[in-house]
Amino acid sequence: MTVLDFINHLLRRQKPSGTMARQRLQLVLAHDRSDLNPELLDQMRREILEVVQRYVEIDIESCDVSLETEDRVTALLANLPIKRTREFPLPSGSSAFGSGPSAGIAVASAEISVIGGPSPSPAAAPAETGEASAASQP
Amino acid sequence: MTTASARIILICSGKGGVGKTTLTANLGIALARLGKTVAVLDADFGLRNLDLLLGLENRIIYTAQEVLAKTCRLDQALVKHKQQPNLALLPAGNPRMLEWLTPEDMQTIAGLLAERSDYVLIDAPAGIEQGFKNAAAASREAIVITTPEVSAVRDADRVIGLLATMDVRPVQLVLNRVRPKMMANQEMLAVDDVTDILALPLLGLVQEDERVIVSTNRGEPLTLEANPSPAGQAYLNIARRLCGEEIPLIDPSKKRHGLRVRLINKLRKTTGLF
Repeated sequence: MTVLDFINHLLRRQKPSGTMARQRLQLVLAHDRSDLNPELLDQMRREILEVVQRYVEIDIESCDVSLETEDRVTALLANLPIKRTREFPLPSGSSAFGSGPSAGIAVASAEISVIGGPSPSPAAAPAETGEASAASQP
Repeated sequence: MTTASARIILICSGKGGVGKTTLTANLGIALARLGKTVAVLDADFGLRNLDLLLGLENRIIYTAQEVLAKTCRLDQALVKHKQQPNLALLPAGNPRMLEWLTPEDMQTIAGLLAERSDYVLIDAPAGIEQGFKNAAAASREAIVITTPEVSAVRDADRVIGLLATMDVRPVQLVLNRVRPKMMANQEMLAVDDVTDILALPLLGLVQEDERVIVSTNRGEPLTLEANPSPAGQAYLNIARRLCGEEIPLIDPSKKRHGLRVRLINKLRKTTGLF
């Protein structure tokens, strides 16, 4: 350790290099272990959202799909806030991205939790059935 | 001395130069001193060095190559250590063996060695290519050795991932070239950092020790000495733990505090104020 290093260390101007080494390693290993490139991860994210969208209405803006590593186990974490559940699932292949009619009642039905099951408020019911039947026709 | 009880242990690191061969040589001698029959196999056919560290380089007649080709018997190829006759080395063959050697060949060699030993230590080559995979295919368990440096830990992580897919277990960790002072000053990855990141049980800690260089110069592993230096003692402890003895691990970075802490402690003692 040079004198300058020591002074920096004393004044806590610089993080100790051991701490930096740990942080850099944790980052680089999360990537090494997952072995997924960003494009693939993004494609997977879009497909997961598509499938989930068929069963429940989710808040696309606040969705978060990411990889996290702890204790040698890399997990795919998806945080998908649910606006409300669909009474009838949309057929596969139909994309519900940017579906218009439910936007207006988003605030009212945001409280519905996943565990709560299908309990649409009276206001939400017509919009939901309407959307489901419209989607099942083509 | 039965096949079933023989432990076939791979010693690997991913990165080169972190101390695989030194560990193999010292652990081999240490286990022999504990009364075990040990065979060490140099699986680094490209860059063999285990013979040199054990001081056996002048006594090699046949190698693993002739054993596989059946042009000699195994006991003709094995080089016994003079001071520790419980230890025998099977030298690596010609580097050109790499072109045709298969995982099955390595399994054959390891199986032959296992028939006549309690422990078979396989010194893996650096890297994660075919040479390493051949050696891993012949092993039942593994010791990963690394140093508290980012590159060595990253490479060790790759190796650990590969070992998991090859069903080699248990895998244990040896942390080499530990510098207690730098760790105490947080200028080096701490022992806990490395074990947390790699998520492996710690089998041993070896401090940076100049005696290691002297011992390799002479071709006499540190564990041969009656009163070994700190690194030699660490290798002996690793051998004992491998045999199932419980020897506490002392984290050297926690033994000695940094300058600031020591100054404050001294102030505390002399003034008795706080």
